[in-house]
Amino acid sequence: MENWMTEFPEAFSVNIREPIDNAIDYMVGNWGGFFDAISKGLRAILVQVRWVVDLVPWWLLLLIVFLITLKLTRKPFRAALYTAMLLFVGMIGLWSMMYATLTIIITSVIFALLLGFPLGVLVSFSDRASRLVRPLLDTMQTMPSFVYLIPAVMLLGLGNVPAVVATVIYAMPPIVRMTSHGIRHVDKEVVEAAQSFGSTRSQLLFKVLIPQAMPTIMTGVNQTIMMAISMVVTCSMIGATGLGSEVLMGINRLESGRGFAAGIALVIVAIVIDRLTQGAMKGEDTHAEA
Amino acid sequence: MRKPEILTPQSQEKDIILRVDGLTKMFGAKKPQAREMLRNGRSKEEILKKTGVTIAVDDVSFEVERGKIFSLIGLSGSGKSTVVRCLNLLLKPTAGHIYYEGEDIAAYSPRQLLKYRREHISMVFQSFGLLSHRNVLENVAYGLEARGIDKKTRTEKAMEMITMVNLEGWEHKSTRDLSGGMRQRVGLARALANNPDILLMDEPFSALDPLVRRDMQFEMLSIQEKLNKTIVFITHDIDEAFKLGNTISIMQDGRIIQTDTPEKMAQSPANDYVRDFINSADKSQIYNVRNFMQRPSCLVRQKEGAQVALKQMRANDVSSAYVVNDRMKFMGVITLDAAFRVRAGEITFEEALINDMPSTTADTQISDLIPIASHAKFPIAVLDDKGRLQGIISKAAILTSLT
Repeated sequence: MENWMTEFPEAFSVNIREPIDNAIDYMVGNWGGFFDAISKGLRAILVQVRWVVDLVPWWLLLLIVFLITLKLTRKPFRAALYTAMLLFVGMIGLWSMMYATLTIIITSVIFALLLGFPLGVLVSFSDRASRLVRPLLDTMQTMPSFVYLIPAVMLLGLGNVPAVVATVIYAMPPIVRMTSHGIRHVDKEVVEAAQSFGSTRSQLLFKVLIPQAMPTIMTGVNQTIMMAISMVVTCSMIGATGLGSEVLMGINRLESGRGFAAGIALVIVAIVIDRLTQGAMKGEDTHAEA
Repeated sequence: MRKPEILTPQSQEKDIILRVDGLTKMFGAKKPQAREMLRNGRSKEEILKKTGVTIAVDDVSFEVERGKIFSLIGLSGSGKSTVVRCLNLLLKPTAGHIYYEGEDIAAYSPRQLLKYRREHISMVFQSFGLLSHRNVLENVAYGLEARGIDKKTRTEKAMEMITMVNLEGWEHKSTRDLSGGMRQRVGLARALANNPDILLMDEPFSALDPLVRRDMQFEMLSIQEKLNKTIVFITHDIDEAFKLGNTISIMQDGRIIQTDTPEKMAQSPANDYVRDFINSADKSQIYNVRNFMQRPSCLVRQKEGAQVALKQMRANDVSSAYVVNDRMKFMGVITLDAAFRVRAGEITFEEALINDMPSTTADTQISDLIPIASHAKFPIAVLDDKGRLQGIISKAAILTSLT
């Protein structure tokens, strides 16, 4: 018999792999129709988003980025810089890849916000919901993102659809967290003032709490977008198209040039989106102060 | 059958709009246990240690008269802010009753509570509680908006209030662009826009610097004069309480120690705590001229003439006399020199009267009289609203009132 002092005793071992496998197998076998429906729905939405993205020709996107940056920052040099960076993505032949990636990011972010924002409001109001959701969010954020890929593929197949699902799960925590944090930290006297004038719960929420928490919520939106962008390469492993798949191909074929080109394009996309959303937040502030 | 004799003089005179009866507020989970311990006379520290319950307000009762300013004063942690938050149920009382116009507000349904908050009572906050995402106009209109009043009406009403607090021209500015004093004007306008019966003010001027604070106190009094609201005013500043309050309650450790008018409280403090509190105050703001005025020792009727005036001055060993007509209307002061010149026939008695001297009223605060007194050559005449002489107040009396 082995020494239980030095070796971890076998008697304590618990098998969690099989139950999880069984649960996923069960879902695949019995809820197939349900997941098929989700898959079909998501695919249809992806097609729609792609259709909208494709409505914007390359020169119009460059113009939009230039004008928005100019309006938000009032710095022509910065506007020209961002525009030139995007132009560079086209010049290295990755324009349509970028559109494919943007389609997935936009779809994922829309879903993450639609699910995450109401959840954040709920969590800010109910301590019980908060206690329940918080560890779940921590798990969602710290679990290696690869882990989500396996069940996503089994349930939804390969391609952009499971990529969106995995990205939504990974990118949702910041918007939930920041929404709830923002609402909980609205100045106590401001809340009391609103109540003392006879606000109903929904008046309090929509006229006071959400507008007051808006800067924090916008930070959450920004973080959610950044998390979604960071999932692009991971998701290419389950068949997501776009810049991520270029990086993956670069790895598989040991083509450093291909990998770096796509990597640089991703960095540019991330920088431009980050600055635009942050600029929008600041722009909102200056508007309010004006 | 009527029994007038059971009516106390108080209930005949006073028109009570808000009555607080045995109000108690505890924070914590084990309230019944804490209440039991409190009933057995245990100390608050002991109760906090044993049960984790903080007793913020302990059996507080008072009455607020319609159209008057009720001032609640205490150090921080004395429970005064908790009391005021119970009055509009921002906090729910643990025990006791609050009657608004005779109705127990704790028994209000949610709908009645909304109506009470929207139409009858509103509040001004220490750090203003303004909505930073809205401009001045939208802030002032918030209460009306919550009531569901249409945009045109509420904008009109809000503009009226903005004008009243002298903020015209600022209505489209963000509240972030305003100074502290201006922000509190917005808070005041917002509270008044609903045309409430009662205004709760929780240390409204404490966050302002002293000069602005004095302006705001003055402004509040002049608005009170115009609108005649009932005000519950919370402060930790005894000068402010005495200056503004018709009635004052002093709180310590969640209890009210004394409720009285400023003068009575200054004359007969209930205990050393109150005495210390009052001693820290600027006395000139507690006392009115009434408390220090005297009968003029030398009072002459106009028709009696210079001869009588001289005789009186000699008899009383003073060098001036106060002259009144038959109806006690104050005509002026005659000095010894002038009286001699009248007797010598150089001038008439009427020409000798000095009547461009300052006068005051019995209800003026001593503090307001100090600048006048420093220039006055004679004791200042105290007149009633019909110009009749009620008494005089000397520089010496004003000085003694300050010590």
